Amino acid sequence: MAPLAPLLLHALRAPADTVALADADWDLLLRQAGAANLLATLGYILAEHGVLDRIPVPARDQLAWAQVLARRHRQAVRWEIRLIRLALRELGLPTILLKGAAYCAAGLPPAQGRLFSDIDILVPETHLAEAEAALMLAGWAGTHHDAYDQRYYREWMHELPPMQHTRRESMIDVHHAILPRTAAARPDSALLQAAAVAVPGEPALRVLAPVDMVLHSAVHLFTDGEFNNGLRDLVDLQRLLAHYGQDARFWARLVPRAHELELARPLFYALRYTALLLGTEVPPAVSADIAAAAPSPLLLRLMDELFRRALLPVHDSCGDRFSATARGLLYLRGNWLRMPPLLLARHLLHKAFLSPRKARQEAA
Amino acid sequence: MLTVGQLSRAELGRRLAGAGIRLGTGRFTTSLRSAIPSVADGIGLLYADYPLRPDDGFADFHLQLTRPRNLRRWLGPQVTLLYDGRSLFKPLPLDQAFPMFEWGLNWCVSSRANRYLIVHAAVIEKHGRAAILPAPPGSGKSTLCAALVGRGGWRLLSDELTLLRLDDGAIVPLPRPVSLKNGAIDVIRDYVPGSVMSRPVTDTVKGTVAHVKAPSASVARAAEVARPGWIVFPRYVPAAALQSEPLARADTFMQLAGNCFNYSLLGAEGFTALADLVDASAGFRFTYSVLDEALAFFDHLAAG
Repeated sequence: MAPLAPLLLHALRAPADTVALADADWDLLLRQAGAANLLATLGYILAEHGVLDRIPVPARDQLAWAQVLARRHRQAVRWEIRLIRLALRELGLPTILLKGAAYCAAGLPPAQGRLFSDIDILVPETHLAEAEAALMLAGWAGTHHDAYDQRYYREWMHELPPMQHTRRESMIDVHHAILPRTAAARPDSALLQAAAVAVPGEPALRVLAPVDMVLHSAVHLFTDGEFNNGLRDLVDLQRLLAHYGQDARFWARLVPRAHELELARPLFYALRYTALLLGTEVPPAVSADIAAAAPSPLLLRLMDELFRRALLPVHDSCGDRFSATARGLLYLRGNWLRMPPLLLARHLLHKAFLSPRKARQEAA
Repeated sequence: MLTVGQLSRAELGRRLAGAGIRLGTGRFTTSLRSAIPSVADGIGLLYADYPLRPDDGFADFHLQLTRPRNLRRWLGPQVTLLYDGRSLFKPLPLDQAFPMFEWGLNWCVSSRANRYLIVHAAVIEKHGRAAILPAPPGSGKSTLCAALVGRGGWRLLSDELTLLRLDDGAIVPLPRPVSLKNGAIDVIRDYVPGSVMSRPVTDTVKGTVAHVKAPSASVARAAEVARPGWIVFPRYVPAAALQSEPLARADTFMQLAGNCFNYSLLGAEGFTALADLVDASAGFRFTYSVLDEALAFFDHLAAG
């Protein structure tokens, strides 16, 4: 049975320890990092801890190769953000960037080495149609033309159907909220928008306030059902907490804000699993405050078993024979949290039977 | 140092089918596993001179060629290439397993090794200076390359991937089998007597392909870098007289950039590396039809 504590987790918890690794360990470590989409990030973390120059040359080369891709990616993202801002200029609203694009624009630690496939922005629901029209004028077009998909996004989701630029093929997700309309928890988008902060040097660009950014990262990871990039997203959280956590005021605001936004449970998981898997230090007072948001002990034991597996890299050397089941169950849970049961059943039936049949008819 | 050739065919097959081998090709180490006999045949024939690196060491790439367990395996058997357990390309007919390894390893280097500017070009060396032969498929680049290293006394640095080290502009060898297509297979079999060639595989996307073993001396000198000397854009034109004309630096630059795998990825670094390369090299447009004449032209270059 493969171990549940892969080398990669150890390297992320204690980067300095990697200088003692043998060649065979490096071989495995870099494969795990590659599978987790964390190769370039690992290079930056080792450099931050001053150990990059003390590791075997072939391993250092691999990290450098990955960093070239990451550097180019970051340039491309900055350019896309610039074009999105120009497209939305007429709306007279600040553009609020979310997730990867936000880390990149604001120069936050998770931006180092991070690769992602689309840019997420948040606009007020009242301006959704205007934003969509402005982006279409600038060359972005909707990707989901199926009538059911349109309805799925526009009636039930927290975002427009993803848009893709017709020439550059870049993807953009336009959100009006950070959770679907159909989810039980409804974080108030107006609160998020009101607290958003300007990006230094870019007055027309905003990112979520530090606590909100952490909460959004947490809600994204712990209510979504896809864990292909689970560990990468957990590392984002770890790095945000380390960065903002230097300021005591951040920790003081975190739990009250989570309650205000109905996101205490995802925050509980975020703090629990960054601590458990990556060794993040959470002030005892904060841990005590958030403890009330924990699930029942029995459920917590189950969630531990599931998340401890699903948050590992998807690689043969990580996890055990229950890992695939854990991912499957969390996928169902993710859908469950997004939609009430009846709607969910209808949605899954539609996706399983009606959408493929329609696709076949169109292909014929 | 243990080489592939020191293993018997049976032992090589056993190791490939089991934990795999760590094949050293120049700067790169590839962990390769496959239970497919034609893969072991190809490795045994064409990689006999290459070092086997320690099993408990570091590998840059982890490749596995395997037969997908789908229904088609009863009708038209297939082969799939796994990169560290993940399938990246569509399966191919089983017969193409060895060419798929060659293409897969090219993909590994060209899509990952981004501390080199990587040009889609053959590259050969004499007296420390390298001639780079970039060319779109079908321009006779590999045929010319096989002739130059087989009979012209040039050292093979690479038939497909010219690796330009970003730190110092040196050309880093990656000597591997030379890939020949269709008519070129017979041309080289006749022109370079004694060349060791893999069994031609028909009906690939590139037509019929066969691989020629790299000269042992080139493999032995895989750690020796070269300085750029010439950039020659070859074109095979049947029955044409040999023709070479110097190419302006700007044209050389633009044509070379068009043949790079990672030029735009490297940004300013790529631009500087390419500009330095073009500054250090003489550029030519070159048309040939007779290999003897072509070899004489390259001799003249190296002597000049």
